[in-house]
Amino acid sequence: MIKIYVPRDSSAKAVGADEVAAAIAAEAAAQKISVQIVRNSSRGMAWLETFVEVETPNGRMGYGPIEVGDVKRLFAAKFYEGGNDQLGHGLVDELPYLKNQERLTFARAGITDPVSLGDYVAHGGFEGLKKALAMTGAAIVAEVTESGLRGRGGAGFPTGIKWKTVHDAKADQKYVCCNADEGDSGTFADRMVMEGDPFMLIEGMTIAGIASGATKGFIYIRSEYPDAIATMKEAIGIAVEAKWLGQNIQSTDHCFDLEVRRGAGAYICGEETAMLESLEGKRGMVRAKPPIPALVGLFGKPTIINNVLSFAAVPYILSNGATAYKNYGMGRSRGTLPFQLAGNIKQGGLVEKAFGITLRTLINDFGGGTFTGRKVRAVQVGGPLGSYLPDSQLDLPMDYETFAANAAMVGHGGLVVFDDSVDMAAQARFAMEFCAIESCGKCTPCRIGSTRGAETIDKIVAGVDRDANLLLLEDLCQTMTDGSLCAMGGLTPMPVMSAVKHFPEDFDRPMMQAAE
Amino acid sequence: MAKKTTLIDLQFGKSDPATPFCAKYGNKPDALLEILHDVQNELGHVPETSLPAIAHALNLSRAEVYGVATFYHDFHLKPTGKHHLKLCSAEACQSMGGRGLLAAVEKFLNVKMGGTTADGLVTLEATYCLGLCASAPAMMIDNRPVARVNADKVKSIVEGLRT
Repeated sequence: MIKIYVPRDSSAKAVGADEVAAAIAAEAAAQKISVQIVRNSSRGMAWLETFVEVETPNGRMGYGPIEVGDVKRLFAAKFYEGGNDQLGHGLVDELPYLKNQERLTFARAGITDPVSLGDYVAHGGFEGLKKALAMTGAAIVAEVTESGLRGRGGAGFPTGIKWKTVHDAKADQKYVCCNADEGDSGTFADRMVMEGDPFMLIEGMTIAGIASGATKGFIYIRSEYPDAIATMKEAIGIAVEAKWLGQNIQSTDHCFDLEVRRGAGAYICGEETAMLESLEGKRGMVRAKPPIPALVGLFGKPTIINNVLSFAAVPYILSNGATAYKNYGMGRSRGTLPFQLAGNIKQGGLVEKAFGITLRTLINDFGGGTFTGRKVRAVQVGGPLGSYLPDSQLDLPMDYETFAANAAMVGHGGLVVFDDSVDMAAQARFAMEFCAIESCGKCTPCRIGSTRGAETIDKIVAGVDRDANLLLLEDLCQTMTDGSLCAMGGLTPMPVMSAVKHFPEDFDRPMMQAAE
Repeated sequence: MAKKTTLIDLQFGKSDPATPFCAKYGNKPDALLEILHDVQNELGHVPETSLPAIAHALNLSRAEVYGVATFYHDFHLKPTGKHHLKLCSAEACQSMGGRGLLAAVEKFLNVKMGGTTADGLVTLEATYCLGLCASAPAMMIDNRPVARVNADKVKSIVEGLRT
């Protein structure tokens, strides 16, 4: 039986993977060739989707991007035996894009069937949890602290310290919440974990439960990710069935229940306290801190809140040891970060590398430059609240501290590339506009500042009292930075002011153009 | 002339379509978003008349339920088109011509963002990121993601809905 892999990741389905899988099945049946089609996760090479792989004695051979119209030709080329085709890429393991990565979290990406427990276990799955089940909570917390893991959602807070706070808190009930409200444009690593390796997230959260003494967990997934929601729910069912979740996990005294909750299209619910409100069935309004959620979190109880990628890093740390993880990275940014190359880029996708890699390496060596072939003009790093960086800053190493020192942030590791056709004043305006649309409305600088900011940028672009309005914009941004309750209002000035600073020419144009 | 009905005046019966969905989640108030999603999946929107029934079942005030239903972009209190076309309007899609694409789609559908076509077939909505940023521009038709779209592709998808 020939094994053919067709990804089920939504980045593949969105370009016709289901149809390609059906066409391969139909053609194989017509030619009486016995094939088994496995719907695997994605390798994270978005430009090659639908990326079809065939198992051969030498390893897997890859073909892409495959469309339904290519299938007959693939069969003529005997691709099912690894035959050559114009869309063939040879052995998948030898592709430089994959070979040059350091995939710890995404070690199984593209290799396994996401909802096959057998595949997961055969590829190192649940090794971390097995170790955790025999450890004390304090020992697990110590291991995670030692690894240097920091919150992958963007804030970069040391995960071990957060876990210790919850571990040390006394309460009749504690919770573990996974923030899977991955709303930042240019990011999709959380989605790929949930659609492609859901047991890894389950494993990481269960370890967090054992570490802190929490017996109940929630995964808050944005409604824009229907496939991730379905896959996570399916995987939870399978894990419960196999006693990796629920009561008496693997016949130990440990219990951990997990539930998926859907978001409803509010970006602000990616802010941890707004997410807690939403999980409680309320409007996603940001809470003032303190008290911190680690002490007064979901339903007022001590709660671990981490991003998908933070939890997903934990099984590796437990199974291979803190040192193995810590050996990657630079400075105080330890381990790897799954970078996401997005926007106007030729070879977009997921690149997991140790901290310290430069933007230029990511964009040129992995990404192959812009999709349009034009010059890179700006790169927005860290989502809609991240700075727009010009060419002169592309040699900065990806590191939390280095970026902070340069008025930028690594965030969730998303890079959105823009070519030289971009209008940076329009991008700055959009940042304000987006904040106005998505602000929860609780604090004034964010709720009103965003609308005033968009208006002020309109005036600047229209040439109305340009210098005075630029000063006003700067002042407004300072107020938003200093006076907002959370990162929504507090960081919106980053894309705005970085655009003003690095691309002043876009804010200074003839009146004519603005009058349209 | 009938007086304008407010949320407070609305009467609800035991047979409100939302009631079984509340029961499905044990009438727990923290499940409110799930309940609203389920009601909308079933009815196409969350009828304002169902809000009091939900409030009653979850032991919340009508204002609280109304507040939640109107906070989140996903929920519609009024009937919408038969299909929902969500066009990503976030930065990654902008970098690949998303703004121009939106203008083209608005033109051939003859609606503005947020509007429903005259025949009631499609409601055009903005969404901010579908996680398909490496294959931009992206959209979602009902719950199906579509990537690397252009105006022609969107057009043919909409044409496909008519058949």
